[in-house]
Parts: sequence; C-alpha cells; structure tokens
Amino acid sequence: MRPEGSTGGPAAATAAVVAKDRAPGRTGLWALAALVALLVAPLFVYPVFLAKVLCFALFATAFNLLLGYAGLLSFGHAAFFGFAAYVSAHATKVWGLTPELGILAGTATAAVMGLVFGVIAIRRQGIYFAMVTLALAQMVYFVSLQAPFTHGEDGIQGVPRGHLFGVIDISSNTATYYLALGVFVLGFLVVYRAIHSPFGQVLKAIRENEARAVSLGYDADKYKLLAFVLSATLAGTAGATKALVFQLASLTDVQWQMSGEVVLMTLLGGVGTVLGPMVGATIIVTMQNYLAHVGSITTIVQGVIFVVCVLLFRRGIVGEVQAYLARRRQGGR
Amino acid sequence: MVEVLGVPLPALLGQLLLALINGSFYAVLSLGLALIFGLLNIINFAHGAFYMLGAFVAWLLLQHVGIGYWPSLVLAPLVVGAFGMVVERLLLRRLYDLDHLYGLLFTFGLALILEGTFRQIYGISGQPYSIPPALSGGTNLGFMFLPYYRGWVILVSVVMCLATWLIIERTKLGALMRAATENPDLVRAFGVNVGLLVTLTYGFGVALAAFAGVLAAPIYSVNPIMGSHLIIIVFAVVVIGGMGSILGAVVSGFLLGLCEGITRVYWPEASSVVIFVIMAIVLVLRPAGLFGRRA
Amino acid sequence: MKTLRTALLGGVTAFALAGAAQAEISDNVVKIAVLDDMSGVYADLAGPGSVVAAEMAVEDFGGSVNGVSVEIVSADHQNKADIAANISRQWIDTEQVDVIVDVGNSAAALAVQEVTKSKGKVHLNSTAGTTALTNDQCSPTGIHWTYDTYALANGTGTAMTEEGNKKWYFITADYAFGHSLEENTANAVKAAGGEVVGVSRAPFPNTDFSSYLLQAQASGAQVIGLANAGGDTINSIKQAKEFGITDAGIKLAGMLVFLTDIHALGLETTQGLTITTGWYWDRDDESRAFAKRFAERHEGRMPTMVQAGVYSAIGHYLKAIAEAGTDEGKTVVDQMKSMPVQDMFTDNGTIRADGRMVHDMYLVQVKAPSESSGPWDYYKIVRTIPGDAAFIPLSESTCELVNKS
Repeated sequence: MRPEGSTGGPAAATAAVVAKDRAPGRTGLWALAALVALLVAPLFVYPVFLAKVLCFALFATAFNLLLGYAGLLSFGHAAFFGFAAYVSAHATKVWGLTPELGILAGTATAAVMGLVFGVIAIRRQGIYFAMVTLALAQMVYFVSLQAPFTHGEDGIQGVPRGHLFGVIDISSNTATYYLALGVFVLGFLVVYRAIHSPFGQVLKAIRENEARAVSLGYDADKYKLLAFVLSATLAGTAGATKALVFQLASLTDVQWQMSGEVVLMTLLGGVGTVLGPMVGATIIVTMQNYLAHVGSITTIVQGVIFVVCVLLFRRGIVGEVQAYLARRRQGGR
Repeated sequence: MVEVLGVPLPALLGQLLLALINGSFYAVLSLGLALIFGLLNIINFAHGAFYMLGAFVAWLLLQHVGIGYWPSLVLAPLVVGAFGMVVERLLLRRLYDLDHLYGLLFTFGLALILEGTFRQIYGISGQPYSIPPALSGGTNLGFMFLPYYRGWVILVSVVMCLATWLIIERTKLGALMRAATENPDLVRAFGVNVGLLVTLTYGFGVALAAFAGVLAAPIYSVNPIMGSHLIIIVFAVVVIGGMGSILGAVVSGFLLGLCEGITRVYWPEASSVVIFVIMAIVLVLRPAGLFGRRA
Repeated sequence: MKTLRTALLGGVTAFALAGAAQAEISDNVVKIAVLDDMSGVYADLAGPGSVVAAEMAVEDFGGSVNGVSVEIVSADHQNKADIAANISRQWIDTEQVDVIVDVGNSAAALAVQEVTKSKGKVHLNSTAGTTALTNDQCSPTGIHWTYDTYALANGTGTAMTEEGNKKWYFITADYAFGHSLEENTANAVKAAGGEVVGVSRAPFPNTDFSSYLLQAQASGAQVIGLANAGGDTINSIKQAKEFGITDAGIKLAGMLVFLTDIHALGLETTQGLTITTGWYWDRDDESRAFAKRFAERHEGRMPTMVQAGVYSAIGHYLKAIAEAGTDEGKTVVDQMKSMPVQDMFTDNGTIRADGRMVHDMYLVQVKAPSESSGPWDYYKIVRTIPGDAAFIPLSESTCELVNKS
C-alpha cells in the first residue's frame, strides 16, 4: 500500500533522498544511541512490559515488510504470531526444549504456515488478498480452539523460561528482557537487510507497477511469496518469544482482532517506514496497558485511531515526522 | 426408511431446509457487500456492525418507543441506511482517490467504534427480542417441525434478493449503477450525479445488512458482537462467489449455507471451517471466484 | 474448657497483634485489586459489578483492618491472558497490591494464578470456571470461591437424573471447555442411573443451533444438556423455544448460565430451564438485604453469584488478616483455610487444602412469567446440593498440595 495513493511516489522519493543525505556514520551513531537506550531501559521501566513492547514491535516490523514494501495487506497475521506462540510454549513446556529451540520451533512452524497461506493468497490482490488471509487465519483460530494441545480457553500456562542454550538462566524478568531484545535486534536486522537489498528494490518495483516489473523479467509472484513467507516467519518469531516472556500462550494471539491490532500499530507508526512499526507498537501496547485502569474503552479508542489515521495521517507518526524534516531541510537550503 | 449415507432421508431434508435458512442470511449480507463493492470498490468491513445495528435499532424501537417487529423491519434499515449515507458523505468519500485498502481500514475502524460503543452502553449479554405473534408457532412438514418464522426468513430473503437483482438488471437506475461501475467518468459526462448514486448505493447496501439484522433479532442473540463472526464467513462467501457479480453473491450465499448444513449432519466438528476450506479450493482452481469475470 | 482455651488463645493473639500489627502489614496498606473483563463477555456477570461488591465488602468491614487502611484498585484485562499477567505483575512489583480478586476468563485466571503463586500474593478467584485452579495449577495462596465447571455440571446432572430424567442428549461446544463440561455431566448422569443417548459437537462460537436441537429431539432424549456458555447458550435456548422443543416437554439443562443471561433472554424464553448456581439473591433475608444494597449502587441490577462471591471472599480475607495480624500471602490464606466461612453467601463454607471453597450449591429452575413478580425474580430453588456432593472430592484432586499432606 502506498502512503499517499497515486501520489505516493514523491513522498517515498523524498524519504529516500533524506536517507541518502545522511552520512552513514550518523545513522550508525543514532543506531548505537538507540541500542544503548534499549540496554539500560529496564533500569527505568518495568522489564516485562518492555519485553512485550519489543515482541509487538518485531511483529509489526515483520508485518510492515509485507504491507509497506510489497504492498500486500494481510488481515491474518495473528495466525502466525499466535500459533507460533502455542508451538514454542508447547515445545518448551511439554517437550522440555531450551528457550532458543522453542523459539526456533515456533518460527519454523510459522514459516511453513506462511508458505501454505502465501501460495493460496497471492493468487488474489488488494482487497481480495486481505479477505483471503483473514479467512485462512480464521481456520487457524478454529484449529487452535479445538486442538487438544492448546488447552482451549485455558491456554498453555506456566511455560518455563528455562536456560538459554541449556546454561544461561533467563528466569528473571530482566534476563528475559535481554533475550527479547536480542531476538528483536536480530529480526530487525533481517528486515532492514531485506528492505535495503536488491530483493527489497524489486518488491517496491512490483508494488509500484507490477506489469512493468514483470516485463523486466521479474517473477512477481515468486517475490511476493518470498516476502510473505519472510514476514510470516518473523511474526512467528515474535509470537514464540512472547510466549516465553509471559510464560503462556492463549487464544488472544490467534484471534482476528490481533490481526487488526498489528495493522493498527503499523498504520499509526507509519506504513513503509523503518521505525514506524516500532513506534506504533509502543503506543498501542502502552495504551492497552494503561487504559486498562480507566475502564473499558480500549476498543473504541482503537477504532477512533484507525479512522483518524486513515482520514488525516496516512503517513503515520514517523512518516509525518520524516515529511516535516524533509520540508524543513529543503526550506533551509 | 430411506437413508442417505446413514442419515434418514426426512432428517436430511430437515437439515437441508435449516441450512437454506442460514444461507439466506449469508445471501442478504453478501448481496449488500457485493453492491457496495461494485460501485465503491470498497469492501465494507463494517457490514457486520451494521447488521448488529439493525437488530439493536429494532430492539431500541421496541424498548423505548413501543414500535414492534413489522414497522421495525422497514424503519430500522431506513435509520441505519441513513446513518450509513451520512458516514459515506462526510468521511468515506474522502478515500475514493486512494488505494482501496484505505477503505477497508476505515470501515474496520468504524466497526470497532460501533461495536465498542454498544458494548460500553448495553453490555454483552444480549437483549431479549421475541418472534412477532403472527409468526410464532410452526407447522409439521412431516419430516420436520418448521417454525413459521424460519419459513418467513427464507421467503423474504429470496424476495429481497430477487427484487434487488431486478432493480439492478431491469430498471434505469440499475442501468446507471452498472454503467457507473464500469466507467464513472463517462456516466458523469452524461450529466448523471454519480456522487449521489454512490451515496444511495452505500445506503442501500448498509440497509440490507440492517434488514438482515432485524430478521435475525428474534432467533439469534441480540448483542454487540453478533456481527463480528458472521462477517468473516460472509467475506469468504463473497470471495467464493466472485466480487463482481450480484448473482454470484446471492447464489453462493445459499449454496454455502447448504454446504455448511450438510457438513453439520455428517461431520459437525468441521462445519466451522468448511466454508474456508471451500474458499481455499476455489481460489486454487478458479482465482476469480465461481462467478467472477476475471482475475 | 473449650471456650476458655479459645478465649485464652484469642487473648494471646490480641496481645501479639497489639505489638506487631503495624509492622506486620506491608507498606501500611492492604491493597485489593479487582481484575476482570470490564467490557467483554464477563462484564455483565462480573466486571464493574464486582468492583461494587468489593467496595461494599471493604466498607462493611469498616474500611480498615488492624488500624491500616484498605484500598481498592481495579483494571480491565480485556480477556487477554498476557494483559492479565502483565497487570498483576506490575501491581505486585510496583504498587504493593496484596490480593487479586475476581478474574473471569480461564486463561486470564490461570495466568494470574501463576503470577500470584510465584510472588506469594493472594488470588481469590470468583468468576473463572476452570477446575485447573484447584487441580494441576493450584496454589498455596490461591482460593477458588464461588463455583467451578465441575460443580455446575455435576450438580445439574445428578439432580435432574435423580428426578427421573434418565435420557440425556448433549449439545457441546467443540473445544476443551465444552468437552469437560460434557464429560463431568455425563459421568454424573450415569452415576445417577441415567444414560446419554447422543451428542452433537457444535463448533464454537456458533449462532444457529436448530440443526443440533432437531437431532436431539429425534433421539428421544428427555433432557438436552447445553455444554456451552454465553452467546452459544443463549442462542440454543432461544431456538429450542422457537422449534417448540421445550413446549413438547423436553427439558433444557444449562451447564453454565448466569442470572444476567436469564435477564437478557427474558422468562418467556427461558422458563423451565434447570441450572445449578452457587448463590441466589432471593434465598434468605441476609442475601436479600445484600442484594438490595448492591442494586442501589449498581443501576438496579441484582448481584450474580460471582459478584456475591467477590464480596464474601474479601470479607473473609480481611477477617483472616485481622486474626493473623499480617498480610503475608501464605499466612493469610492458611488463616482463611482454618476458619469457616459464614456470611450472607454461605452458612457452612470451608476452604480445602487445594484452595477450593466448598459450600452448598443450589439446583434452580427458571420461573414462568406468571410466577415472577418482576425483573430479577427469576429462580425457584428446587433443591440444595450439599457442598461435599457438589465439588470434586478432595481424594480426586490432582493438586500437589493435597498429595503432599
């Protein structure tokens, strides 16, 4: 999906110009500062909450790879996120796998599911694609509800955090946070590399004009499928990690509302921006956590954010900030 | 007694009839979706919320104004349809020049707001709504007991679908709508107010959803989330039928109701997923849907 | 002799308290947290009403215990187990919360159980139905107060079969919750000399139950057991009426039906439905008095059994703190277990080692519109099911706390 419909080209182009303007050293500096901030964050904020934010940030980043760069709106990403959580919870609790293997098991499951979903869904585009993914995810929901190993409404509870690689104890909240941070940084780098590789360029070319990309000899379906599988896989990684952080996996994460939430996070933060999904995830998760004390209005607030974003802030927070900075820079010269 | 795969024939007939009743809800809902999609190119995610709104307006009319089922059957769709038109005029209209996905996201947000608001005010347990006295009771068909109300649901749904089809295929208004779907600029050049046409279409599609909601009120629980599960099934129905076609939406609505009903008899556990499985198969074999024109 | 000893003990405790009370209650405040779904499926039967019940319990206790004030906080877990876990952790780690009460939704309740267990804080559950709370996932600081799915299923199954309804047909929500309801009821039915003539496993959630209802009718069953909950149960009941099944003399047995569900459906539709409940507001003078006060503060709505359970649990909890002189989780819960529960909720409640609060349950039948005097006058109490017969026998509990002792 393009940030500004048919006029999306210029905005994307200015963003690219801005990115090129910056010396690589400065970007590196910013990244380093961010990493330091993330490393010391648990001293100031509750670590489990931070870990949750990171899981959703990775989930939204994976989702954004698909929506922002391949232009495909999936309304079924909860299936990967939630089912991977079940697999990793089951693997660590029942099979006694170590945490990293549990996460890998969840990730691998999501990858296979992504392949199956992808093969079916990329036959249609745009709105159809969204509806097909939604319907397929609904199937996964029903399976999760009925399969004995998920324990239906109770969910898988009391999942042990265990020892990383069998040696490092991660049972404390802070240790778990650093595990989540490691997973997040890894996943983020994968997405970052994918976006800035030739693969990412081809994806964008397909998004802008599929016919032209095909005429240049690119197999559009293959690229889309690859993007879909990659996105599903990382969404699975996020879900699998979340299961360890909270020591539980439940139906919440496979429900279609969760698919809607990740769309919301990405939209709010900025579709097609590198940092947007993280910002969006942080805001939504914080809101859910702190609005909880006010009462029962989260659904309404989420709906309002959706409507306002679509009508007024289609570029999302990060997109708007980038556009503002670009305007200022140009004005200053 | 004649049996079909271990199920007595009369029982099977009864089940098929019930399936047809469910199918009529799918048909009326997917018809509204297809209409809106045809002209606006928007998939109306709020369709389930409007269905819920229809049932709730009927309940509110009964509760606070004392207006019963029959007037509500006309009034509630009018009220909800008018609301839909206001939303289209003020908000949805701004999105037509953008990627169609924005329409989907907007209506998704709208659905959340509507459901959330009703949940906030009325809770989730549901509200009582009785079958109108004229249609209470039923008749024994020999193979099953058919409540009059269910018969009424089938009848009125079929009439509604036929009437809509006739309007679109046989009247001047319908011709204009079809033309506007194909080439809005050309129609505009002929001096037709396409904007008004679009607003009316959206209003009509929404009113159909509300109509289905009123139909459902006496037999299903009237609660704020009654539409949210249904809408996903109806999406699948629309994908199977092929979005371009009004006829496709109606026929596949009834057909899938039947498929689901048959599954309920032979393998009840699978009846919740059967429609999605059919959808996957159809997409693999005929990506444009059963009645779709092209991919 | 006994009275003398009690008096002496009481005196000693009081003496000990006088010196230690201030020091023994952590942070100089007893903080009660009500955690529930405030806007979803549990909102009407628990939710905001549970907060009202908690406030009443604290006020009735005098607003303070051993000179230390009692505060209430509340939050909405939005039916998400991770949010429930996160809020509980934060409450305990950063806001000095001592006890978490209510918690509807099984997944959320079990998540809270894990958190409170690991932190040594108290979890008084009233709204969740899962028996795991007092079995595999029991906790030395967790008490399950009002009901569980076993008690409801077992109570209804036994009582109805004993009354001559021998042939049962189940319409079961096809997932773990429905299966266990069905299994518990079926066992009770068979034990009481009845038989199960058929089962329909309906997908969950579902709106149209007519197909299953007709299959049930064709089976010649006398009772249709509804092993489902919420909207599914409401739809089943509504449609059973529509298809003339209840009028034809087949009885409906609800396994998990709350007063608010009856209120939503109306008596015209629900009359004759048989269910088991842990408490009913119109049972005796004490419960009526409580209900009247509750309704005045809660939009005229009468309390459900779980809201009454929240009131009862908090009252008992505060009493135990006063007795034990501390708010340390394990000590308070042990104290609670050593005292009988006697209040408007129950005359003879006891808390077992596995954390199950055992009390009498009631088999009730929904009144016909002509028998009811108005809104909220819905149940006739058919019989009292003694606590020992209602709940899972302690000998069958898989709770590790039981096996140890």
